[in-house]
Amino acid sequence: MRLTDAEKAMRDGEGGPAVARAMDLLIRYGEALDAPYLIETRNVAGAFNASTPSVREMAKDGFDRVYSELNLDSDDTVEIPHVVVPTCQLITGIDNENWQLQGVDPDMAELQKKSEAYQGARGINQMCTCTPYQVGNVPVRGEHCAWMESSAVIYCNSVIGARTNVEGKESTGAAALTGRIPYFGYHLPENRYADRRINVEIEVEDMMDWGLLGYFTGFAVEENKPCLTGLGSSARLEKLKHFGAAAASSGGVELYHIPGLTPEAATVEEAFGPGRAEETFTYGAKERAETYARLQSATDRKVDFIMLGCPHNSLDQMALIAELLEGKRVHPDTALWVHTPHAIRQMARRSGYVEVIERAGGVVMSDTCPSISRRMPKGVRVIATDSAKQAHYLPAITKVQGWFGSVRDCVNAAVDGEWKGAA
Amino acid sequence: MDKALDRITLSGRRVVGGKASGEALVTTETISGWGGINEREGSIIELRHELRGQSFAGKVLVFPGAKGSSGWSAYFHMCRMNGVAPAAMIFTRLTTKVALGCVVTRVPAMTDCDADPFETIETGDWVEVDADAGTITVTKKADRA
Repeated sequence: MRLTDAEKAMRDGEGGPAVARAMDLLIRYGEALDAPYLIETRNVAGAFNASTPSVREMAKDGFDRVYSELNLDSDDTVEIPHVVVPTCQLITGIDNENWQLQGVDPDMAELQKKSEAYQGARGINQMCTCTPYQVGNVPVRGEHCAWMESSAVIYCNSVIGARTNVEGKESTGAAALTGRIPYFGYHLPENRYADRRINVEIEVEDMMDWGLLGYFTGFAVEENKPCLTGLGSSARLEKLKHFGAAAASSGGVELYHIPGLTPEAATVEEAFGPGRAEETFTYGAKERAETYARLQSATDRKVDFIMLGCPHNSLDQMALIAELLEGKRVHPDTALWVHTPHAIRQMARRSGYVEVIERAGGVVMSDTCPSISRRMPKGVRVIATDSAKQAHYLPAITKVQGWFGSVRDCVNAAVDGEWKGAA
Repeated sequence: MDKALDRITLSGRRVVGGKASGEALVTTETISGWGGINEREGSIIELRHELRGQSFAGKVLVFPGAKGSSGWSAYFHMCRMNGVAPAAMIFTRLTTKVALGCVVTRVPAMTDCDADPFETIETGDWVEVDADAGTITVTKKADRA
């Protein structure tokens, strides 16, 4: 792999030992990918927090030890300097306000706060969400990024038209200290054309519709790049966020095009460029019904726990949930947790939405989600969620039964304590 | 591919250098890191995976590639720290997830073989991986007996 003089200097220690370890990791990684060179990035989204039990032991030796091992793959502990490019922390395991409700022990909550202070002192922005693009990290079209989090990567590539692969803890840790990432995959313009086609033959309107279409898409195309036609151009942030998260869960979709809506393809011809659809799929009423059935892993209609906000809710989603809960009361046998970035929670509080949700007996949770934290209210057997991604992962991870449906069906289930949702 | 003295030799591209050998564990299904493996035992835990419950610790893992969360590398990284990593990895679909995972697991890894590894390698075969030389040598389990 070709290195610039500046990169060789970093490798040889001119930026100090941590930068040298970071460049060593990037060189090993770039060679593994057979990348021709490293590309400059000024936008890193990674996972640096020490909020899991397995990290707790390591954190006894200090946070430099945690970063050196888990974010740089370095055997020796090196002093971690300030990051050199804008860098943010993605979702974590603990809500700093609601950790007691999560069942987190006080030592872990304290450790996370210390970890945040350590990161903040080094310039890592504490966004603490799976949706950095909702709270200020919005790349420009064509910008080279180094992001983790599959639902954020697909949004970044497809909706924003910026360029990132699915990075990991170690590569984002190294990118933050060097401003470099291997030039591979979605950074190359020729790899950004569609290679599968999905003809949508039914109306796709509300959030549930978009979640279902996304879940179907991932199963159909696996890790490939779909172009979807027949959708119109009215979908906004929330719907595309749900669509992408679902497609990245059932498959490994990291880039899609919707001609006339997403920025890199005004037409079907532009979406495919010099390539063509190697397979074509149809999405109609039958496929929608099959996908809905596939997402239900529950049989018991008495629900204990309603999870909303995966990926983390926007302010408009918070407003809708408050509207649906106004003057109602969550069933005494049921818990409702609504997830949103802490920056949006603050705006939702100022707007009165948090008060309405809390008065109804719900909890507004930030910084985390049940799949990441593996924490729910005690004794939960049956969950309901408006997220295809959460309905995919949570029953597998925590062995609960899961219902999937619209936000209305979920709020009604929270109030009634019973699932009555329908396709 | 070269067949001689009851052994099959494949050529491929080095992903991570080094030499290692072990018994093959082969799957044609992609593997999830986060949520798909147990990093303390080095085993597959994904509910519907054909290798569910089987350990890859010390084995030569032959698989198509990575799927799922961006935590893939972190989970294989922890397998190495816990002493339950595979001895070597051979895969067919190159992505950032699997490449970074192999790098931080620090075991010999190869891809782009000149013969389909799923046709030539079966679970239980003895496999020697020399990633620096770009060769994989397979002794079939029938010939090992």
